[in-house]
Amino acid sequence: MGLESEGDKSSDFNTYNAKAKMDNGREGLRGWLNPTRYGWERVSYWLQRLTGVGLLLYFIGHVYETSSLVNGIDAWNSMLELTQTTGGHIFLMLVIGASTFHTVNGIRLIFTESGLGLGKPGRPDYPYDATSLNYKQKSGIWVALLLAAIAMFYGGLVMFGDAS
Amino acid sequence: MSEEQNKIKLRVYRTNYSNDYSPRFDEYDIAVKRWTTVLDALLDAKAYSDSSIAIRYSCRMASCGSCGMKINGKPRLACYTKISELNSHTIVCEPLANFPRIRDLVTDFSQFFAHHKKIEPYVHNENVPTEVSNNDDLVEFKQTPEEVDKYLQFSYCIKCGLCYSACPTVATDAKFPGPQALSQAYRYMADNRDDGEKKRFKIIDERHGIWRCHFAGSCSNVCPKGVDPALGIQLLKGHLMGVSKHDKKIARVRTKEE
Amino acid sequence: MRRTSFKMTLLKLRESQIMKIHYLTGICAVFFVAIHILFRVVMPFGQSLEYQNVIANYHNIYYVVLLELILIFVSIHGFNGLRIILLELKQSDRWESIMTILVLAAMIGIIAYGTRTIIVGSGL
Repeated sequence: MGLESEGDKSSDFNTYNAKAKMDNGREGLRGWLNPTRYGWERVSYWLQRLTGVGLLLYFIGHVYETSSLVNGIDAWNSMLELTQTTGGHIFLMLVIGASTFHTVNGIRLIFTESGLGLGKPGRPDYPYDATSLNYKQKSGIWVALLLAAIAMFYGGLVMFGDAS
Repeated sequence: MSEEQNKIKLRVYRTNYSNDYSPRFDEYDIAVKRWTTVLDALLDAKAYSDSSIAIRYSCRMASCGSCGMKINGKPRLACYTKISELNSHTIVCEPLANFPRIRDLVTDFSQFFAHHKKIEPYVHNENVPTEVSNNDDLVEFKQTPEEVDKYLQFSYCIKCGLCYSACPTVATDAKFPGPQALSQAYRYMADNRDDGEKKRFKIIDERHGIWRCHFAGSCSNVCPKGVDPALGIQLLKGHLMGVSKHDKKIARVRTKEE
Repeated sequence: MRRTSFKMTLLKLRESQIMKIHYLTGICAVFFVAIHILFRVVMPFGQSLEYQNVIANYHNIYYVVLLELILIFVSIHGFNGLRIILLELKQSDRWESIMTILVLAAMIGIIAYGTRTIIVGSGL
């Protein structure tokens, strides 16, 4: 590889896409579905995705269930009954937890991905702890988890308290 | 682990794609000391048990970036990982994830290097020719130590591919440049000799570009040189978002009299 | 030919611009959803969801606007998130264009469906 290979930038990719059918070694979905190996930031990435997908599904379901409003009081009440079961309450608690985590962690990520709260580049020293994986970031994740737990607990109190 | 010799089990991933070989693990019993590195253990196995083990290594001191492999589930440099620090009597060596496998622990870096090349990792400067044939035409830039500190960290990258292997986006996205290439894009943006920012922004602000990074931080978690690719990438995003202020003054070229 | 021109207009937005939209819709959604939830807790939770109370909410023009805004912001934010996940999953021009179009269609579908509920419910 030297200057003479300047022109074959795209062919480098093509060759390996063809070869990739054999064993490209990519971790695939298991790569991002496994949050256990690389610390809290990886957990945050994983949860942010899963809660995001979950909330989108909930949102679609929510738009669908509220559409029973247009079919009159009976349709509305039969829909409402579904949510007022123990299963429905637990499902809603999960939604509350997911939305709280996604919100708080999302706000942290907006700052982070704008380059704020990460620290400054400098001369790295042994043992080379990364400045971007600092306690400001980690405590953001912990606070998001804690708030999600509190919100779930409070939501559970309201729903189960109301039901009895 | 005590000072005296200790036995460990070294499990090595074996395969050979040119021979249509189905992958398996081979086990070797190796006597290790407190300071034995995984590379030492592998070379021991290669010398005394099975000379057919394929490994790539060179400097044995975390400078060349050749011996990256997955050790006990995480990408690490074999020469930089002591067996005693792994706290396990079984050491599992696999080829780096997200790289095409060639044989045993040896992986193919062509795509990784192609991504690196694509971000044009060299100083762009309108006032200075890229190719110089006459020695007298060579120029020097004037740069203060503070200006060097802005990018120095990222220039310590040895292209060992550990970050590329740890990245959850790279795990599924072959077009994503990966932490190494993106942090090098920041390295040149932060370097005040370089004025190729607009060009590089165009390359990385793509559908499979920098925004496919979601700050999972795994790259910085595994980097053996303290490059902190995640930091560089987020700072670069800050510039693309227009949040970070831009105050880079292009460095002056030292004149003949100076 | 028409498909390419449609694709081209979609691709005119740079990823950094899409991310700005993603962040802004996310922040806006948080505020509006918070107000939306407050409507549920100003009275006992069970009562607030009774049919006549909900219909009364729907006849409040500010609440209607709020609902419509939530619908739009959350749809854009959510479906863009889904698009990102799908694009990272598999790379080929075919897959990427199909997914982009499908996600956009789903987004427009949900907005249209929700808007219908809001319009009928509010008796506009």
